[in-house]
Amino acid sequence: MWRFIGSRLLQAIPVLLVVITVTFFLIRIAPGGPFSSEKAVIPEVKAALEAQYRLDRPLLKQYIAYLGDLVQGDLGPSFKYPGRSVNELIAAGFPVTAELALYALLVALSIGVGAGVVASLRPNTAQDYIPMSAAMVGICIPSLLLGPLLILIFGIYLDWLPVSGWGDMPGDKILPAVTLGAVYAAYIARLSRAGMLEIMTQDYIRTARAKGMPEWRVVVVHGLRGGLTPVVAFLGPAFAGLLSGSFVVETIFQVPGLGRFYVQAAFNRDYTMILGATVFLSCLIVTFNLVSDVLNAWMNPRLRGRLGSST
Amino acid sequence: MLKVNNLTISFTGREGIIRAVDNVDFSVVAGSTTAIIGESGSGKSVSCYGLLGLIPQPPGQIESGSALFLANDLLQLDKHALRKIRGRDIAMVFQDPMTCLNPYMRVGAQLMEPLRYHRGASRSEAKRQALDLMAEVGIREPAITINYYPHQFSGGMRQRVMIAMALINEPRLLIADEPTTALDVTVQAQILKLLCDIQAKRDIGILIISHDLAVVADIADQIIVMQEGKVVERGDRATIFRRPQHPYTRKLLASIPKGQKAPSPISPNPLVSVKKLCTWFKQHNETVKAVDDVSFDVYRGEVLGLVGESGSGKSTLGRSLLNLVPATSGQILFDGQDVIALAAGDLKSLRRRMQIIFQDPFASLNPRMTVYDTLAEPLLLHKLETRSSVAERVLQIMDEVGLARHFVRKYPHEFSGGQRQRIAIGRALATRPEFIVADEAVSALDVTIQAQILELMQTLAQEHGLTMLFISHDLAVIRQLADRIVVLHNGKIVEQADTTTLFEHPKRDYTRQLLEAIPGKSLL
Repeated sequence: MWRFIGSRLLQAIPVLLVVITVTFFLIRIAPGGPFSSEKAVIPEVKAALEAQYRLDRPLLKQYIAYLGDLVQGDLGPSFKYPGRSVNELIAAGFPVTAELALYALLVALSIGVGAGVVASLRPNTAQDYIPMSAAMVGICIPSLLLGPLLILIFGIYLDWLPVSGWGDMPGDKILPAVTLGAVYAAYIARLSRAGMLEIMTQDYIRTARAKGMPEWRVVVVHGLRGGLTPVVAFLGPAFAGLLSGSFVVETIFQVPGLGRFYVQAAFNRDYTMILGATVFLSCLIVTFNLVSDVLNAWMNPRLRGRLGSST
Repeated sequence: MLKVNNLTISFTGREGIIRAVDNVDFSVVAGSTTAIIGESGSGKSVSCYGLLGLIPQPPGQIESGSALFLANDLLQLDKHALRKIRGRDIAMVFQDPMTCLNPYMRVGAQLMEPLRYHRGASRSEAKRQALDLMAEVGIREPAITINYYPHQFSGGMRQRVMIAMALINEPRLLIADEPTTALDVTVQAQILKLLCDIQAKRDIGILIISHDLAVVADIADQIIVMQEGKVVERGDRATIFRRPQHPYTRKLLASIPKGQKAPSPISPNPLVSVKKLCTWFKQHNETVKAVDDVSFDVYRGEVLGLVGESGSGKSTLGRSLLNLVPATSGQILFDGQDVIALAAGDLKSLRRRMQIIFQDPFASLNPRMTVYDTLAEPLLLHKLETRSSVAERVLQIMDEVGLARHFVRKYPHEFSGGQRQRIAIGRALATRPEFIVADEAVSALDVTIQAQILELMQTLAQEHGLTMLFISHDLAVIRQLADRIVVLHNGKIVEQADTTTLFEHPKRDYTRQLLEAIPGKSLL
């Protein structure tokens, strides 16, 4: 087990290196720079600023210096928020984004698995078509549209929930979480329906019925564990996707998360911030993919042996 | 105890309504065994599943009939009442113990489930009974293995777990659907004996379903023969075996592998010569010696039988010969050339001359290729035919293996198991090879189909002067085809001799065990 995790983490190092290198040189190719705003800056000031942030050195040297800092866990100073380091900015924004992503994931799981299982019990009937059509709609509507729609319905017409903010008013976390989770709920519904449909035709399900188990027990105890395997495999990429894809929702609902910093950094050419956030999110994506692989193997006794742990 | 009258079950499908079970009567007496015999699709399983509400409705529908069990008509009971009988009074054992146990649950939990649910037993009480029963059905070290997952058991042990699970509520009736079909003959003999012992001890009724008369020859009291949903013959064991009336019953009896190939003159020069062959695998840091220091010759024009149980290394050996699995050390000489040392290009031309037929015709044919594609591919690949001439050759091959020419554009799923195996044989023969490895080529088939395919292989081997390595776990099957036999156990050769000698004067205990396990010896 530990060997498996260790080897996967080692494999992640070259992946991260490629991500860092590509991002580093790509943003440098993009026209403009952190200090080339419309306001004219005195050349001496600009030169002083560039010297402070090492921008006056050759590109390759900057790159090597950045990697050196990175190994020590230092993502460098922010170019646009003077006096604050990228580490601080991520530390401030990430907990909010993580909380939002976690709620969204819970929303996605409860709606998705519920709808998928219900649909799978009576395939090709109304009980199947209705939740699955809803899921299809969920996949097709982007959060860019769903967010404002939900705001209109629940925030303005019905006036049940606050329309923006994070932790300022009771219930203001509901709409962002639902908006962010909706697309994933739809995917999870389709995955769990397909998984359950396959499992429920297995011979061991017939065995459970022949043993006289009540139908709920057949579905929940015997079916669900195998039927949700594809969902579990999807959880890692889904959570990583929720974390890195939350900026639209964060912008719509004015949530002070990492996603908004990330987007602003891109507009501002805040080199270190862009790089820092990219590195941070890449690490998270690698981690969550690993977690979901381990979880998947742990849920399947036949794979557990292959990870090298005893059962 | 169970009395089924006029049972009719139909299925509504695309082709309209099909009567899977048509006006069937049978009964099971406490303490005795009734066997239902028939080929795949004869409705033998459906009639039993129908009784217990285990067929999906729709498309299935029980049209008429009654099934009296302990004063209840099973067919009139509502779902709830029927479920209470399932697993408590009537228990079932299924064919494939590999797929019939939940792979995600420990066997202990699965064993205890019926007891906990039907009788409301406490955890500790259920566990105690589960341990007792595991010991009774012959599972070693139940205290440890109760925490195992199904994949940690061998096939035979899993079937024992299934049987223990069926028995845990002390049922009155046990329905066993092809309980030994997926198992090796040696394990089959053990499981059949176990069923007999259980019956003698507990006085339960057993309803056993099988395609193979030989399997039930030693255990059935009453035999019912079904064909296309109808009962064609019924009677006690002695009558069915000694004086079969219906032609179909006679055909089933004739299909039981028996008899021996007439010894044919063997040429003195070997086509394949295996010297000190080892094929080892690394698994979890352990070395598995699948084939361990094996030497033998296959002479030109002979059929060499290779017998062994699951895990004896017989399939690995067959595949090593064709270099489909890389050998660890040793030498394989094919017509004087060392197969292991060959370069990829030379291997290709050699592959034309040596072919393989696999066990499972469902898995070994590409489901996205028509018969035409499957048969034409090797011909074109080895440049034996041109694009314009290949079609005629494909049709000729189909004639040879007994497939109607109009099937040429069909896909594998449109064929039955026997027909698929004919396609696989045709594919192997397409390149006119000299040497064929047949790896359990008839083990997945019903006995009647098995008999047909064996006959086909025998005819083709003679016509083409083929040299063949015929691999099987079933000595009775091998005897029909082979000139000489090699017995493999744990990767090593235990004994090799010509067929008559091996059957009449086996030298080793292991060979004797294999001979003992042949089902239906009482018939021969």
